[in-house]
Amino acid sequence: MSDIEQRVKKIVSEQLGANEADVKNESSFVDDLGADSLDTVELVMALEEEFDCEIPDEEAEKITTVQQAIDYVSANLK
Amino acid sequence: MSKHNLQKRRVVVTGLGVVSPVGVGVQASWSDLLAGKSGITRITKFDPSPFASQIAGEVKGFDVSQYLPAKEARRMDTFIQYGMAAGIEAVRDSGIEVTEENAERIGVSIGSGIGGLQLIEETDETFHASGPRKISPFFIPGTIINMISGNLSIMYGFKGPNVAIVTACTTGTHSIGDAARMIEYGDADVMIAGGAEAAITQLGVGGFAAARALSTRNDDPATASRPWDRDRDGFVIGEGAGVMVLEEYESAKKRGAKIYAELVGYGMSADAYHMTAPNMDGPRRSMRNALNNAGVNPDQVQFINAHGTSTPLGDTNETNAIKAAFGDHAKSLVVNSTKSMTGHLLGGAGGLESVFTVLSIHHQVSPPTINIFNQDPECDLDYCANEARDLKIDVALKNNFGFGGTNGSLVFAKI
Repeated sequence: MSDIEQRVKKIVSEQLGANEADVKNESSFVDDLGADSLDTVELVMALEEEFDCEIPDEEAEKITTVQQAIDYVSANLK
Repeated sequence: MSKHNLQKRRVVVTGLGVVSPVGVGVQASWSDLLAGKSGITRITKFDPSPFASQIAGEVKGFDVSQYLPAKEARRMDTFIQYGMAAGIEAVRDSGIEVTEENAERIGVSIGSGIGGLQLIEETDETFHASGPRKISPFFIPGTIINMISGNLSIMYGFKGPNVAIVTACTTGTHSIGDAARMIEYGDADVMIAGGAEAAITQLGVGGFAAARALSTRNDDPATASRPWDRDRDGFVIGEGAGVMVLEEYESAKKRGAKIYAELVGYGMSADAYHMTAPNMDGPRRSMRNALNNAGVNPDQVQFINAHGTSTPLGDTNETNAIKAAFGDHAKSLVVNSTKSMTGHLLGGAGGLESVFTVLSIHHQVSPPTINIFNQDPECDLDYCANEARDLKIDVALKNNFGFGGTNGSLVFAKI
């Protein structure tokens, strides 16, 4: 597991109160991990904090799974 | 039940919950209270050195994970966590089970005087440091005052009335009194009611200190809250929550509930006088209104859990108001201030102290008013100084008075 993947999964698990084992690459925040609209806003803020980046709202809306988060961070990391 | 029914529905107390500076949980708090232990210490939540008042009744040893999942807890300001914990303890204590049949008949009325001040201060810092994008989506639901009532209803599925009263230091009293009225009137059969506060923050302490309301006895925290003592110099800010389960008497009886006491009367009044200074006539009328509502004569009351904040003006004023409301019988009353040990929980005071009043009836004992070293000659009632006392209590009165000149009194009776 890459460093980014590990860090993303850790944040998803912490933010959504999910067991780390349940946080899989294909997991959907809303459908699999029980997130609501406020959870997903907070999750994106936590990713911004962890990776010291800014994720614009229109990009954030497209990040709905763990893999999409990993992909976005990998492509945009400073 | 029709509202035209002449028979008033009776309201009893069937569950209690406490988070306080003298203990987390009803049992721990009550035994420390009877032992006369002070919960006042130097402030640890922030460096109090620059502040005139550096002491407070902080809640110690509170483990929120015993009540709430970590994910939910961290999105709630501390006052919500305290209110939830006390509410959960009260509901568990009552043994109430929520079913499809009764869910719509159970409501919540838990208020706060100030709300999520700590989270407001922290979020303001974040905003000024990093801009609006860093404001959490949970900032508003984590700080607004009705979110104890809201979250408790979501947790248990209570679908009845859901309100949160804000009347400064009378909040908890009004929350309980109004909740009882909702049961009497038929809006609900069960209400979870009380108050919570967590305003030991830099702005909270700084604000009350600026109003010259706080004790500055920083070198001796445990004796700083000294109601009716000649050398009292202001109140000590406290935090925590007190919540009770109120229930319609027949339904409580039917399910075999443990009944602590009956809530027989509720009175309110306004001073219409000054924003912060007390006035004798408002509290007098509040007590008289509560006694009238209860249908009891002054001489049937044995015990008062007073507002008793330890302010120079307030304690004399309440003493005079009790004399005016009770006449000659005032001298026969035992008047107690548990704030001498807990400090002043502001919006949580009425909740916490109503729980203590009910426990006084249940156990037939008055907690002490500690720190009366030299009783003020102008305050010449029996304040149960320094030692708890076994006491026959058939009827007890609970007072709270708040900024704005808002007053509330509750009358509880042995059942």
